[in-house]
Amino acid sequence: MKNLLEIEHLSTHFTTEEGTVRAVDNISLRIRSGETVCIVGESGCGKSITALSVMGLIEEPSGKVVEGSIHFGDKDLLKLGKNELRAIRGNEIAMIFQEPMSSLNPVITIGEQIIEPLMVHMNMGKREAQKQAIRLIEQVGISRAEQIARSYPHELSGGMLQRIMIAIAISCNPKLLIADEPTTALDVTIQAQILDMLRKFKQESGMSILLITHDLGVVAEMADYVIVMYSGKIVEEGEVVELFSNPKHPYTRGLLKSKPIINQRQDELYSIPGQVPNPLELESSCYFHDRCDNCMAICRTDEPALKEITIHQKVACWLYEEGALHVHS
Amino acid sequence: MSIAEDLLEVNHLKKYFPIKSGLLNRTTGYVKAVDDISIQIRVGETFGLVGESGSGKSTVGRSIVRLIEKTEGEVKFKGINVYDLGPEELRKLRPQMQLIFQDPYSSLNPRVRVGDAIGEALLDHGLATRGEIRDHVEEVLRSCGLSSYHIDRFPHEFSGGQRQRIGIARALILNPDLIIADEPVSALDVSIQAQIINLFRNLQETRGLAYLFISHDLSVVEHLCNRIGVMYLGSMVETSSRDELFQNPLHPYTKALLSAVPIPIPKLKRERIVLKGDIPSPANPPLGCKFHTRCPFAIGRCKEEVPEFRDAGGNHFVACHLA
Repeated sequence: MKNLLEIEHLSTHFTTEEGTVRAVDNISLRIRSGETVCIVGESGCGKSITALSVMGLIEEPSGKVVEGSIHFGDKDLLKLGKNELRAIRGNEIAMIFQEPMSSLNPVITIGEQIIEPLMVHMNMGKREAQKQAIRLIEQVGISRAEQIARSYPHELSGGMLQRIMIAIAISCNPKLLIADEPTTALDVTIQAQILDMLRKFKQESGMSILLITHDLGVVAEMADYVIVMYSGKIVEEGEVVELFSNPKHPYTRGLLKSKPIINQRQDELYSIPGQVPNPLELESSCYFHDRCDNCMAICRTDEPALKEITIHQKVACWLYEEGALHVHS
Repeated sequence: MSIAEDLLEVNHLKKYFPIKSGLLNRTTGYVKAVDDISIQIRVGETFGLVGESGSGKSTVGRSIVRLIEKTEGEVKFKGINVYDLGPEELRKLRPQMQLIFQDPYSSLNPRVRVGDAIGEALLDHGLATRGEIRDHVEEVLRSCGLSSYHIDRFPHEFSGGQRQRIGIARALILNPDLIIADEPVSALDVSIQAQIINLFRNLQETRGLAYLFISHDLSVVEHLCNRIGVMYLGSMVETSSRDELFQNPLHPYTKALLSAVPIPIPKLKRERIVLKGDIPSPANPPLGCKFHTRCPFAIGRCKEEVPEFRDAGGNHFVACHLA
């Protein structure tokens, strides 16, 4: 399969009064056509900033992509001008966010907001676009499409709005859909509907999905390939079944153990001690070392590189380095 | 008080919010946020109240401590009818039942040091003198997994997980018998969530606390609770012991909720009931069984007749014509 998106050595930094935050620190990832890649991690790990960097939505001057390349097809998105990027965004690459309400204009009807990209990117006439808008609303499982097209965002529930966002996102048949926590604000029964719908569209259209989430359950349901981020870095990545059945990095293992699972009760939940380090105080080390059960001397002083350990899995951890002291838990 | 006695007894609680509209601001209808809910919690027990947004679960919690006033029904705490109390008596009772919220940051004053924020309730209720407070605060901070040097810091210096620990410490310092926790771990990251869940558990074991644990997350509720109630649009649809509810759910809504929770096992084959449509507005709930518009098994009777909330055997209550 061909790579649709190739991110190489991407670093995105933010300048604050207290210093520079390396929100995304030298990460590389690939998404193939028709593949769903999930980035999973906790708040502040850089998963959303990675997505925003791809979309060219990092707000300067406080934030800046300082290094790397993002190849989409044969173009490097970081080298494109504003207009060239705009032609790709919303057209070949579409994005949906956690809060649909904040991405929709409150004073324009739902219908108008679906029509706009169709006229801009697909060169449709108004009447044709209107018909297509109704079809799209029906496609995302909303009945009374004509009535919904005439209503304003505040008249719809969160689940309906997220469906409208998906309708807008898929309206131009994107090759890549970036979804940043698309179901986090929704109730579980609505979340199940939305995830089902995303899977269905992916199957029908063959688009790729970059799904960003903190929920390992959602990852297991959606992903082909999983990337685990911690403090701006990729600590582990791999094919989904392999990663869940045989997690290598102590952080991945800890995350999987600390999530309560229905019908698998434990007396005491495993919990990763401590908290995420302050991004301003990161020094050369494994950033996870002070929370790690397997911490060794080298972990405090040297940063482990992300290395392939099987064909399907990569990990950045000194436990798996040749020559380092091996400790098995 | 014997162990078996109910610490909290909520009987047929109703809370209707008026909808006002028009020039004269007339009441044109009611949002029946809580519509005939009954709950019993024993000493040292955890009752989990589960439901999606708009189900009325938070309103139940708030009506119990009288942060909002009920419309109808009865709330008894240690046999005392909470709604019979005058303002002064209610104030005296409040330390014994405490609330914890989802976002502790919004309930902390940014300019008050956390030590003062935790200790002020003790002073307010005359439970300690100014001189004794620091010792009390240090002790409660320790039992919540914080350190004594945190006393003089401000809320913004803490992470989300630590702030929730402060929220818990604030409730705990009054030595309550019942804590009503409203989505206390929903805003936290997975690794921090596990820490706080364990803290709730440990505090219960060491202090004999009872919890009313309000949450939308069934996996968290399963982990913590002895009994569970499932709410939908202001009504209880099912109540039973935890094991019974997870192994033998009777209401179609409970079944759908359980099947919708994503499980972190890839390629897992399981039967999923995907509900159609959205949750209807609580201002205009469907007639008959409120769930019939989304229920995959609904029959004609469900559209007309409100199902009775009845014991299906072994203290397992359900409101469904088909169960």
